[in-house]
Amino acid sequence: MPDKRSTEDEVVAELRDGMTIGIGGWGSRRKPMSIVRTIARSDLTNLTVVSCGGPDVGLLCATGKVARVAFAFVSLDSIPLEPHFRAAVESRSVETVQHDEGTFFLGLQAAAWRVPFLPTRVGLGSDLSRAHPGLRTVRSPYDDGEELVAAPAIELDAAVVHLHRGDDRGNGQFLGVDPYMDDLMLRAAQKRFVSVEKVVATDDFLAEGPIESLRVPRHLTDAVVEAPHGAHFTSCAPDYERDEAFQREYAASAKSSEAWEAFRTKYVDLPTHADYLAQVGLA
Amino acid sequence: MSDFTRADVCVIACAETFRGDGEIVANPIGTIPSIGGRLARATFEPDLVLTDGEALFVANDLPVGVPDAPKVIEGWNPYRMMLEVTWSGRRHVMMGATQIDRSGNQNIACIGPLDAPKVQLLGFRGAPGNTINDPTSYWVPNHSPKVFVERVDVVTGIGYDRAAELGPEAARFHRIPRVVSNLGAFDFETPARTMRLRSLHPGVTVDDIVAATGFELVIPDDVPESRAPTAQELALIRDVLDPNDLRTKEVPA
Repeated sequence: MPDKRSTEDEVVAELRDGMTIGIGGWGSRRKPMSIVRTIARSDLTNLTVVSCGGPDVGLLCATGKVARVAFAFVSLDSIPLEPHFRAAVESRSVETVQHDEGTFFLGLQAAAWRVPFLPTRVGLGSDLSRAHPGLRTVRSPYDDGEELVAAPAIELDAAVVHLHRGDDRGNGQFLGVDPYMDDLMLRAAQKRFVSVEKVVATDDFLAEGPIESLRVPRHLTDAVVEAPHGAHFTSCAPDYERDEAFQREYAASAKSSEAWEAFRTKYVDLPTHADYLAQVGLA
Repeated sequence: MSDFTRADVCVIACAETFRGDGEIVANPIGTIPSIGGRLARATFEPDLVLTDGEALFVANDLPVGVPDAPKVIEGWNPYRMMLEVTWSGRRHVMMGATQIDRSGNQNIACIGPLDAPKVQLLGFRGAPGNTINDPTSYWVPNHSPKVFVERVDVVTGIGYDRAAELGPEAARFHRIPRVVSNLGAFDFETPARTMRLRSLHPGVTVDDIVAATGFELVIPDDVPESRAPTAQELALIRDVLDPNDLRTKEVPA
């Protein structure tokens, strides 16, 4: 049986320029930051990032990896607007494809179900069609004849998510209160990468959490990376909360190019996740 | 008991927004709306279903901004399930608005043109889906002509003019029950479905409101004063729902 244990570098070696990459988590919560930082210091360019956006989007914009962001929001939660993302959009260095949270959800669901779109009332009458190039409507073929928005499938070349526990075969377990879109992103993607706080024996899953927490079966994953504190500085409750002080330091680094270069040198341009943990005092 | 503050009046006005809603998910966003929603359930609207602000439905009267407060969890409502609640129609959300216009169009996406924003804001979030599926009210803690504008730069949440363009069939679930600001309460109960001054918070004049609004409001001859909190409501606000007085940070005295 295959052992799917892998490293951040091995995962990022599977990615290519121009790919559409879904990143799990939500806002500044349970983001796969060890893999995001590895992408940030790679040679990759021209990525389309699909995300319930947080610092993953900001960091990849600030490091010049991103051509396009598909999003319904980008936020750091306790800091409402993501400053690096704002700077990238306002300087027009990235394009945006904007969603309502509903078209985002349905787009991933459509890709996961291998249908071209799913119909919804979401978006009718709003300016979403101006902010989402190519968004179209569809008329119900039934007697009601209603016109609805056709939320287009969001097909992902790759998905990267961070979960609490996993095993070496690539089963994943989430122990928090909200799976967000993570399992759906894995279903919508060609290449599926999961980092976890801890790799455990398959036998031990039910000692960690209830059956309902086994949300990511191994047929949805290609590799599993053990990354303790892998979501730092975002929250990964119940294992740990957001590091608010560090998040403030991250947000402040958007104030000038000098501040950003200093942050980048100190926290991003480190060879491994272990080096990062040592740098932030979590080793 | 007359020693209530402007923030207390805003809490009551937000609570009143949910009156008559019954057993649906009330989803107030922001500090004062959250206190208001929780106050409504603790008093005149006991069947409301409320979250802890995240993925849990909570049965007890939860204080705002107290992360360790004990919760009586009555249900699980993660992000994707909240979207399904929205599409089912069993929800009344109270959102913020960076801009809002006389027809109730809301903007939280950006200031300036969509293709060259001067200020990139949050994004569309759930506003298009909220407004086409469920009653959506708004809370504005800083009433000014920059917020109450002639025309929003981007329509994220749709107003009554956009709904009318869609036609009665497509827009049959659209409704904006209330807009509450730090100065007054507003509705759209007018023939042209444009914004009407519904009540003035104590200490605010019609002239104050007109000066702070960037479009022409419908102003009835007699505008009532917004309801004051009762002694029971004040006790609930101060002792139970907002013991750390976060409401005064949002709307200073």
